[in-house]
Amino acid sequence: MAKTQKVQLTPQEKAVAKQKKWTRIKRDKWMYLLLLPGFLYFIVFKIVPMWGVLIAFKDYYAGMPFFTLEHWIGFRNFTDFFGDSSFLQLLRNTLIISFMNLIFYFPLPIVLALLLNEIKVQWYKKALQTLVYVPHFVSMVVIASISFMLLKTPSMEGASGGGLYEIIKAMTGKEVNILGSPTAIYWILLIQNIWKETGWGTIIFLAALAGVDVEQYEAAIVDGANRFQQLIYITVPAILGTIVTMFILRMGSVLDTGFEQIILMQNELNRNTSETFDTYVYQVGRIQGNYGYSTAVGLFKSIISIICIQTANTLAKKAGQTGLY
Amino acid sequence: MISIKRRSIGDVIGDVIIYALLTVLAIIMVVPFIYVIAASFAPEYEIQTRPLFLIPNNPTVDAYKRILDPNDMGTRVFRSLGISVVVTVVGTIINLFFTTTMAYGLSRSGLIGKGPILKMVLFTMVFGGGMIPLFLVVRALGMYDTYAALILPGAISAYNMLIVRNFFMDLPAGLEEAASIDGCTDIGIFVKIALPLSLPVLATFGLFYAVGHWNNYFGALLYLNDQNKYPFQLVLRNIVMQSQETQTDPNALIPEDTMKMAVIVIGTVPILIVYPFLQKHFAAGVMVGAIKG
Repeated sequence: MAKTQKVQLTPQEKAVAKQKKWTRIKRDKWMYLLLLPGFLYFIVFKIVPMWGVLIAFKDYYAGMPFFTLEHWIGFRNFTDFFGDSSFLQLLRNTLIISFMNLIFYFPLPIVLALLLNEIKVQWYKKALQTLVYVPHFVSMVVIASISFMLLKTPSMEGASGGGLYEIIKAMTGKEVNILGSPTAIYWILLIQNIWKETGWGTIIFLAALAGVDVEQYEAAIVDGANRFQQLIYITVPAILGTIVTMFILRMGSVLDTGFEQIILMQNELNRNTSETFDTYVYQVGRIQGNYGYSTAVGLFKSIISIICIQTANTLAKKAGQTGLY
Repeated sequence: MISIKRRSIGDVIGDVIIYALLTVLAIIMVVPFIYVIAASFAPEYEIQTRPLFLIPNNPTVDAYKRILDPNDMGTRVFRSLGISVVVTVVGTIINLFFTTTMAYGLSRSGLIGKGPILKMVLFTMVFGGGMIPLFLVVRALGMYDTYAALILPGAISAYNMLIVRNFFMDLPAGLEEAASIDGCTDIGIFVKIALPLSLPVLATFGLFYAVGHWNNYFGALLYLNDQNKYPFQLVLRNIVMQSQETQTDPNALIPEDTMKMAVIVIGTVPILIVYPFLQKHFAAGVMVGAIKG
């Protein structure tokens, strides 16, 4: 719209405008200098690697110059990947891990925020918040190490294993190598994630809850609404927008399972069920040096992710929510 | 304050359930830490015979002595701790420098070229080249197996930068005008006015960046080759995973379980030390992001 309303400028006016532009640039020269380091950072570490995705279409191996314009092989890396038996396996593993998080983890911060919101003793609420936020700041290495110490099998005959290993043994009567189990890995990842992020995840919902007008509750009490009715008719609608936004973000990152956590919990016994797109890129690219192929896998994942987030956003808008953008 | 509102029995029962549930949850959150701390102060035979305990029967600091003894594991532990401290401090300073200068530059309204730069930044938040292209860039720049690779590739978090920019844009314009009339350049205004006014914001993001550096495992795994350059998280990982079966060097010392517990504690303590400072600021920092984001 703005373009059609633009007034036609005479050459003279254009020259004046151009000069004005130059004086403005000159005036802001120090601002450009401040901008420069960050700008260069984005070019070197964000934009150049984007150009680097072209190696997905090359027969690229270690030692070749990064910008080489030879060795094109078209989509062969992609067709190789889709034809490989590991493709379906990776897709399956990634979706299992993601959807277990969506089903079991996603509702928890909402529930915890609603529970915390019911606590009216301020110092106790503060104390609880302080405790539940801590695990977010603990490194994945520490969490993986604690899991390892709790689940490990006895190091020698007659010794006791990790605490949780012994509890499971006492309950089921079986000696299970949980860390090496191909299916238990999913539950380990889920529980680690719940433990680390549930508390932190409440912040955004608590912020939304803090914005609810107290008068609404007072009016509801006058009308005879009980606590549960207040929750259903006032509290939940108030945070619905936030819930939808968080859900979109999660759907958009449905293929992002993260590297650190899985690589730390992975071993030869559970690799088949725990390898995801992210860890596979690392394994094939960094460890085996198959750069072109692993970049193709990464690119495929990025493109699917963009489609996911676009779709989720469109659906959210159709459902009457504001969406992300 | 006197409450005259009558509470029904249902309300009281509901409260009891909620308080009890949350208290149990909070305990579950901290029990793993207490177990690790208790085990790190227990003698090895106690760990090997008692599966779970929160207070050791015979407390001892032997595990810490061996972990920190230069003739035992001390050299490895101290070197990696030193590396982690340096990378964290230098990395955070670089993060803050890059983040604030770019954020301030982009906060000037009407800056020519600002639109395309912002678009570029937003685009990088949605799409990236991926791990291997970035790895190849880092290697081509000669940063492979150097500490620069742990610091520069993550020098700016686009998200943090945009939040800091929002903060700069909200600073009262009058201050800057007054300073520029007094003959201050834009850089002078940035250093003498904008930065001092945004110290709480800088503290928040500085702490976030610092925790990220301290906890970083993947960066070192990806970019470092020389074991002597490993930061603490990698050494912690290696010590915990060291066992009879994984041992390649027959002469190497096998750490006892109490020592593994002690290393885990050492890796967590710095976080717990800065946590009160973090907590003071992060709620505000996250809120700014949530509202403006």
